[in-house]
Amino acid sequence: MNDFLRYAQPDERGHFGQFGGIYVAETLMTALDELRIEYEKATQDPDFMAEFRYELKHYVGRPSPIYHAKRWSELLGGAQIYLKREDLNHTGAHKVNNTIGQALLARRMGKKRVIAETGAGQHGVASATVAARYGLECVVYMGAEDVARQSPNVYRMKLLGAQVVPVSSGSKTLKDAMNEAMRDWVTNVDSTYYIIGTCAGPHPYPMLVRDFQCVIGDECKTQMVDLIGRQPDAVVACVGGGSNAIGIFHPYIEVPGVRLIGVEAGGDGLDTGRHAAPLTANAKPGVLHGNRTYLMQDENGQIIETHSISAGLDYPGVGPEHSYLKDIGRAEYVAATDDEALAAFHDLCRFEGIIPALESSHALAYAKRLAPTLDKDQVILVNLSGRGDKDIPTIARREGIQL
Amino acid sequence: MSRISSVLASLAEQRRQALIPFITAGDPRPGLTVELMHALVAGGADVIELGVPFSDPMADGPVIQRASERALAHGVSLRDVLAMVREFRNTNDKTPVVLMGYANPVEAMGYETFAAQASEAGVDGVLTVDLPPEEAEDCTAVLRAHQLDQIFLLAPTTPEARLKAAARLASGYVYYVSLKGVTGAATLNVADVADKLAVMKRHIDLPIGVGFGIRDADTARAIAQVADAVVIGSRLVQEVEAGEDGLAQRLTEFLVGVRAAMDTARA
Repeated sequence: MNDFLRYAQPDERGHFGQFGGIYVAETLMTALDELRIEYEKATQDPDFMAEFRYELKHYVGRPSPIYHAKRWSELLGGAQIYLKREDLNHTGAHKVNNTIGQALLARRMGKKRVIAETGAGQHGVASATVAARYGLECVVYMGAEDVARQSPNVYRMKLLGAQVVPVSSGSKTLKDAMNEAMRDWVTNVDSTYYIIGTCAGPHPYPMLVRDFQCVIGDECKTQMVDLIGRQPDAVVACVGGGSNAIGIFHPYIEVPGVRLIGVEAGGDGLDTGRHAAPLTANAKPGVLHGNRTYLMQDENGQIIETHSISAGLDYPGVGPEHSYLKDIGRAEYVAATDDEALAAFHDLCRFEGIIPALESSHALAYAKRLAPTLDKDQVILVNLSGRGDKDIPTIARREGIQL
Repeated sequence: MSRISSVLASLAEQRRQALIPFITAGDPRPGLTVELMHALVAGGADVIELGVPFSDPMADGPVIQRASERALAHGVSLRDVLAMVREFRNTNDKTPVVLMGYANPVEAMGYETFAAQASEAGVDGVLTVDLPPEEAEDCTAVLRAHQLDQIFLLAPTTPEARLKAAARLASGYVYYVSLKGVTGAATLNVADVADKLAVMKRHIDLPIGVGFGIRDADTARAIAQVADAVVIGSRLVQEVEAGEDGLAQRLTEFLVGVRAAMDTARA
């Protein structure tokens, strides 16, 4: 039995309603087809699944715990906040769940070289890590601006043996890194496996990234029962491309009474236009990076530059399944500004002794807004998708502190 | 018969191959594009491929990326590109024009509005790089209703089954990407191209153009020996990038040399 099979999305060509699909240049179509077929075989191969689970347990350290943030909850004076501790994974974020799955696929397909795009560097680090673990050559594309603002992660990737290529085209951030990774893949399609880091890109990526990340939500469903004897009232996760959110949401889609809330990057505020919140700001659907989804664009269909304090959320699109979940009303999407995220970041440091990633701080910021509106016996489960060590230089700079 | 089909058919009767140059609309500035299109025709262009600038040109190498960036710096939109074609048509009603670009600017305008306005402006064909046959059916219907040819890319990696799918939706010509890579990439292997074209000819009745990696008279001649049309893009865009001085004349002269070489291909 294929334990990835759940609700009937996407269709066989990768559509989640009107979203998703395969919008790429012809040269990549066959590679995507091969990947889809190989992935289907892999998920039905007990050895592959067993190895994936073994690696998650012994290399990543899963299951990650759920922690009751009792002090912070009391201070906020409302619902109880529980944190799914993806920050405790090896490499410090949820990204590694996916890169292990995809590296095993790459090895199965006989590819010796992997490439990846990265924004904050978390996916780049997770890719470099598994490349080292499985003996694969690794090239990571990273926007030149992100190389500058995430220097600790750049060095981590180099220590792990990856080559980091700064991308200076366009806005020099995550979307441009993804363009460049696509160009590499088109050129080296025979030898190379492209490890996409989020639940976006052409089919089958949004589906397989989701499936590999679903371990988060699957664990939560068991752990919450053990902890409180029931499922939470709301599950909250940050959404850039949305891989940590889809990983925790997806197993809950068919569970009635659980609100699913995705928190986008509100940047300087939605009214300023300087944000990265296509779902909350009601952006129009469009086509970018191989799929149709809600997309920040101007009236001529050019992709516009986004802004977020968090490099990992600084992306103009969103995984197509989130667009679909928004349209069918199963998930709600909201935004938290840079300032709100920073305030929540400091709260967690000071009241719980946990330094969260700036990405995850957006989810915390919304939990902080939501908790006081709920009763004390209600429960909010926040996906704490990563730890914040990598963000310390950014935060210090913003607060005028010299390290 | 569409303007593209009749031009290509009449060349085939003369046992000549079509020369299809590409430039990006609005590069280096919008006011120059129509003049450059006429310069391409003066050099022997049989069809013009006009690039529609896009912020995220994933299938293009650095040369055409920079062309897009220069055009976008002038705010060139798809509507502006249509206006350029309309102006070109004031003095040229013979040379087919194919718009080549990415799906999102067309999505933003709406397929129906785009097709109606493109047809009215005098556009003959549309090549959307990131719209493979699997996602193109709705678009094809709209383009056909407005007598626009839909040009598809085919690649070295395209298996025979997909050739058939493309053949079912394509009209005008098909564009064979000669190598695995982005536009303007290194060198192409003529023998490989010839082998692949032989397979393609079994499934596709349309003329087959070949592009990516053709950068001078010699490669153009070699490709003309096996293909129905030769597409040259990045090499011309490099001329544009070199500066406006004598640009139209340089484009014309370059194409004249290519044209002459092609005409000796099957002599």
